[in-house]
Order: sequence, then structure tokens, then C-alpha cells
Amino acid sequence: MTSTEARLSARGIEKSYGATRALAGVDFEVRAGEVHALLGGNGAGKSTLVSILAGAVTPDVGTIHLEGNAYRPKNPAEARQSGVCLVHQERALCAHMTVEENIVLGSEPMFRGLVSRQKMREKAEKALSAIDSSGAKKTRLRPDVRVMDLAPGEQQIVEIARAIADERCRLLLLDEPTSSLGADDVDALFSVVDRLRLAGMAIVYISHHLAEIRRIADRFTVIRDGKAAGSGLVAEAKTNDIVEMMAGRRVDELYPRSPREPKETMLETQDLAGITLPEQVSLEVRRGEVLGIAGLVGSGRTELLRAIFGLDPVRRGTVRVASFTGTATPAMRLQQGLGLLSEDRGGEGLALGLSIMENLTLSRLEGLGPRGFVWPSRMRDAAVEFIKRLGIVASGPDMRVGALSGGNQQKVALARLLYQNVDMFLLDEPTRGVDVGSRAAIYQIIDRLALEGKAVLVVSSSVEELLGICDRIAVMHKGRLGAAKPVEQLDEQAILLAQSGMA
Amino acid sequence: MKVLRKYPFLGPLIALVLVYVLFAIFAPPSFTRLENLATMARQTVVVGIAAAGMTLVILLGGIDLSVGSTVALATVVAALSLRAGFSGPVAALAAIGAGVSVGLVNGVVSTALRITPFIVTLGTMSAIRGVAKGLADSQKIDAPPRGLDILQASLPEGFGWAIFPPGVWVMLVTSGLVAAMLVYTRLGRHIVAIGSNESTARLCGVAVSRVKWIVYAAAGGLAGLAGVMEFSTLTVGDPTDSTGLELEVIAAVVIGGGSLAGGEASVAGALFGAMLMTVIRTGSTHLGIDNWVQQIVTGLIIVAAVAIDRARRGANSSSR
Repeated sequence: MTSTEARLSARGIEKSYGATRALAGVDFEVRAGEVHALLGGNGAGKSTLVSILAGAVTPDVGTIHLEGNAYRPKNPAEARQSGVCLVHQERALCAHMTVEENIVLGSEPMFRGLVSRQKMREKAEKALSAIDSSGAKKTRLRPDVRVMDLAPGEQQIVEIARAIADERCRLLLLDEPTSSLGADDVDALFSVVDRLRLAGMAIVYISHHLAEIRRIADRFTVIRDGKAAGSGLVAEAKTNDIVEMMAGRRVDELYPRSPREPKETMLETQDLAGITLPEQVSLEVRRGEVLGIAGLVGSGRTELLRAIFGLDPVRRGTVRVASFTGTATPAMRLQQGLGLLSEDRGGEGLALGLSIMENLTLSRLEGLGPRGFVWPSRMRDAAVEFIKRLGIVASGPDMRVGALSGGNQQKVALARLLYQNVDMFLLDEPTRGVDVGSRAAIYQIIDRLALEGKAVLVVSSSVEELLGICDRIAVMHKGRLGAAKPVEQLDEQAILLAQSGMA
Repeated sequence: MKVLRKYPFLGPLIALVLVYVLFAIFAPPSFTRLENLATMARQTVVVGIAAAGMTLVILLGGIDLSVGSTVALATVVAALSLRAGFSGPVAALAAIGAGVSVGLVNGVVSTALRITPFIVTLGTMSAIRGVAKGLADSQKIDAPPRGLDILQASLPEGFGWAIFPPGVWVMLVTSGLVAAMLVYTRLGRHIVAIGSNESTARLCGVAVSRVKWIVYAAAGGLAGLAGVMEFSTLTVGDPTDSTGLELEVIAAVVIGGGSLAGGEASVAGALFGAMLMTVIRTGSTHLGIDNWVQQIVTGLIIVAAVAIDRARRGANSSSR
């Protein structure tokens, strides 16, 4: 840390939307040259706080000081002028334009009334070199490539470059910057953040992932129910304490695992290969067990599940589901008792524009009326039951899924598989973007399913989660799946090594 | 606001009533007469029936630009069948069959070759117009109507109890059936799901391509039925008829709350949209307003309808 005085301090921030109190008096402070983690579940109020800092929302009560001066931006443009820049969770780049065009977008350097390509290039190069950790020019992003040709991680770096291309930027807000990045991209991003910190930037880092916070943040503040539930130095805080601050209760039982008994084989693949990924996968999942698949993003985990479910073509190898052997369409797989929870909740898993009841019943409309017909009242009844069973927080079965929080959306996606009454659950990142409370609920559902004799296959980027809920874990590396081992014989380090191909 | 969200066709209905009342106040009394109401209903039939099909296509996230050409083709097919000696119902079925064929081509080509429906139907819009002209030898075809003319004719003496000519009832029943299909059948739920998020539908085992074929075929068939009504009005087969009709049909669906992004459209709304355009046209004529003013007003209403819809949705989504 280069300085201990606050670059930005907020006192007693309150904000209400109608009867809903999003923030109920938050105190928050960021210093120059530190990465300050802002933690909290979905709906805890952290996005409201960030919106206030970024000028998108005005607080009802409370004061904010930026470097000692009163700070009350009327809109995001004013916030940026004061030196506060937000990098959104959703990437907001123009895919058809080049890196440099994106970096200067909205503040294009002009020369005699025309955009100066030369100045644009200089400005972009300056921003890119400021965040380039290696210093070697050849690894740096080229300013003239189109953003659509970049990897997701590189795109994220372009976003940050755009924020700091403005020389006035002194406080950077990063809203869940790693939510769609793989491990390699996360490393690259973290070195960028590190470099900015050393340069004296104040950085607010919003995330769900405690492991990330441990790696990157100096201090943290936990927001719960619109208040600061605790804060401190990351190095001095125990993980369990932070989790408890976020959840507001003891989480000894975050990972429930009842004693289970594996029964007959439900799913078996032999040398399965897709068009590009996976390369070669042989696995077996029994009823009454949870098999975990670890692996880096891009190792072919998602493609494996999609090939099994019939969403992607199978190039080689066999899939056997109970007594059915051979390839099949998703409709057939559903009939055979398979269900897939997509990793891409908004893009594939759920139709966000439709209601809870429409999403819940989409895969099984049979039985909601005579042949070919669907009675909406029966759809509603089914939805009411599952809303209650899974504790989905919603105004009713008619509520649009897109208006739910991430955790509740995931519960709806999971409820569809339960409603479908599948025997074999293929769960792709079941807790991505889900708050701690909902995560615990999802783990409990998985445990209960295994107890009931269902077979569960879980893909996850969180090794800790896999170790917590699985009976056996296999590691995927470059399209090949290693042998599954009982969790008792595994630890986090062994899996991390195997993921990177070092075991 | 909540009611509007639950019944999206209420917006266009309110607009329709408002505009009607406005003309009723200012236009000469001939406007509010029952006969005029029947005339306006009759003039809505072709667009109204085609709009029911277009609603399905737009709900799916697609578009069908070939409607006008299909209507023209249907009038030609109906006329040729009648001239060849077939009865009225057979000629009508032949015209509808021609429409279904066009729709199937649209559906199969766009799914099999993965070309966006805009391009495919832009192609068939021109190609089918050509087919119609070829079949008709680029001329109007006179034919004995064999009863098809009564569909759109004024009601004869003694049938005043029916209020509207048969074509209007066909439109109302067809719209009712399509609307019920959307709510009460698996096919209907699948159509809405594909329009809202195609990937989700696929994940849930919906046979996406097959549903699309069915929808485009149905839209084509409804355009064919609209063509039968057009023939009934014209009593000739005309290959150059209904040029640009598709835009009026799309406008009806959009005024009725349809979103070109898919997942949202209402059959009832589209019907009200079609009626709204007829009321403006007829009312303006009664008031002696020039055609160019009518066109400007119709254009403004299309844009205003969508703007109001956006504002309504914006107010909804920002409340957390």
C-alpha cells in the first residue's frame, strides 16, 4: 500500500426502491493502492452500492467523499469526470469494432473536426501498455484487431483499458470481472489488477468467489441486507468467518453429504468423442452417487455433457443410459430419464422473458391436459408446488424469470429437472453466479437426490465445491477424462495439478 | 399497468375504441351506421386472417414477407380451379393448399439451409409473385365464383341476423382458434418458448425445426385463406394484387403488441391492430381527409404503438 488515507469514503448510505430497502446505512471506504473486495449474496445490495458510486443511482441519504471533496455525481458521465470508472459484469464492447476503437469510444481524439487515427492509436497503446504486466510488446493486445476475434479474457482486459484510458480515472470498480473467464484468463486479469494497484489506483472488486478474494484483495467489506456486515484485512480473516458474514448464519453444514450407497449403473460412456471436444471420455455414474468432473474452462467439460445429452454430435465412442445404447436427441434423452442443467443460465438454461410456470413445465407439457393440450391452471399448480418446495423467492408463478435473482433463477432451472422427474442429473456449474444461501440449498437438493437413488454428474470450476459434495471426482484435461477417484483419496492440490496437466 | 401486462391486447383495443369514438364524434353520421361497421369489418378480413398467421411467425422470432405474393397466388389458384370446373369449396381448398406449400418452402428452406427467414421470404416474395403471374399468364383471370363471392358480399335480404358477412365470421373463428391453440396446446407453448429462447427450447427437447415448419406452413395456409377472401372481394384471380400487403399485416401484429425479437405477440392484439388501420382509413374517407394524411397517421400510429409498448415494459423491468 502506498497510502493509508481514504481515496473514497461513504457514510450512512441509504437507498429505497418503493417499499424495498436496498441499502440501509452502509459505511464503506477504499484507499489508494488497494484492492478492496465487496462481498455479498445476490440482492444483498452490493450492486446498488456500486451503481451509486458509479453515478447511475443517487442515494436517498448519506455522504460520499472522493479524496476529501464531496462527491455526488448526477450520472455516470459525471462520475467518470470525477475519476470513478465502472467495468460492467456484462461485457459492453462493440464486437465489430477494433480494440483501439473500443478503447476511445465516446472520447475519440479529434484533429480538425475528424477522428485522428494516429492519436487514437497512441491513446490505446498507452492504456494497453499501462496494464500489460509482462512489458513485452509481442504479448500485448494489438490495437487493430476486432474485438470479436479476442478471447473472453482479452475482451475483459480491453474493458479495463477503456476505463483507464481516461487519465482522470482514480477509482476503478470491477463488477464480477471473472464471472465468464477461464483460469488462464483470470491469471492474466489478476496481473493487470496487481499492476494497477502498484500504480496507486484504488480498486473495488465485487465478487462471490472467496478464493479469488484471497488471491487479489487487500481488504474486504461484506454487504448483507443493505448494511455492512463486516470488514477487515483479507489476510487476517478466516474463510468460514467471511462466509458466515455473507450468509448471516453458521455454515458448518454448507456441504451436506449423507452416507450414500451406489447402486446399478445409470450412465456409461466409452471412449466418447465429440466433433472437437471431448477427445476421449470413459466414465460411469451409478444411481445414488454424485460424480464430479473438475477441469479448466475449455477442457471439454461442457461439451462432454452436451454430447451425452444429444445437444452436440458424437464423433466416436458409445453412450449408454440405463439399457439404451447409442446416440439420441435431447427429446429422447429426456424420455430416457436424463436432464441437463445448462451452464449458460440466461442464454440457454432459461427463457428469461417467460414466467416461472412456463419455464418449469416446458420440457414436460404432457399430462397437463388431454393429448396435445395444456391447461394453464395445471401449469400454475405445478409451479406453485415447486416454488414452495425449493423456497424460490418470487411474487408468484406468473413472475418473469428474468426478474428473479441469480440464485432463484438457478432454482427454477433445477426445479425443471425435478418436475421432469429425471433419474440422471447432468449439472453444469450448478452454483455459478449463485449467492451463498441459495448455494447451500442447491447442495442440499443434490444430496437428497443421491439419497433417493438418483444419479448426479456435476461439472464445476470450484474444486472446493466438488470436494464438498461429490463421492468421486474425475479430472478433465484437454478433452481427456482421467480415472475417477473417491474424494477421500483427493485433495485440492492434487486436482489443481491434474487440471493443469501436471499430474 | 398489471392488467395491461397480463392482457397485452388491451392496449390496441383501447386505441381502437378511442380512434373509433373520435371519428364517431367528428365524422358524418354515416360513419356510425351498422352497415358501415359491417363494411369496415369486411375490409379487415384479408389483413386480419393473414395477421393471425403472421402472429405465429413473429411469436417464433421469424418474419414472413411472402404474404402479399401468397395472397395473389391464392386468388389465381382459386380462379383457375373454378374455371377448370371445380366447386367453390374445392377451389378454396386448392388456394389454401397453395399457401401451405409456400409456407412449407419458407419453413424448410430457412431451417435446412439456416438462412434467416427475412432473406428466405424476401426470396419467395419475389418468386411466388412470379409463379402467380406465370400461372395466370400475367393477366387477370375471370371465373364463375360458384358461391365463393358470398363470403365477402353484403348480406342478402333475410340474413340480417348474421350482422357480418361470412368472411368476417371466418376471420373471428380462425383468430379464436389460433389464439386458443397458443394457450392450450403443447404446440402453442413450444412456439412461444422457441421465440423467447430457442436454446432453452432445444434443451427442453422441443423439436425446434419441426415446430418452425408447422408455423410457416400454417402462416402460409392462413395467407391462402386470406387469398380466398380476396378472391371473394375481387371475383377475379389477380396475380398483381396485394403488393405490399405483408407490410400492412406485419404492422397489424406490431400495433397489436408483437415484438420482432420474438416471444411476444397476441392474435387478438393483431386483430385489433388490423381493425384500427381500417377504422382510420374509413373514418378519414368519411371526413374527406386525403389519402396522404391517412398514410402519415397510420405510420405515426405504428411507431407510437411500439414506443408506448417499450415505455410500459421499461417501467416494468426497472422495478426491482
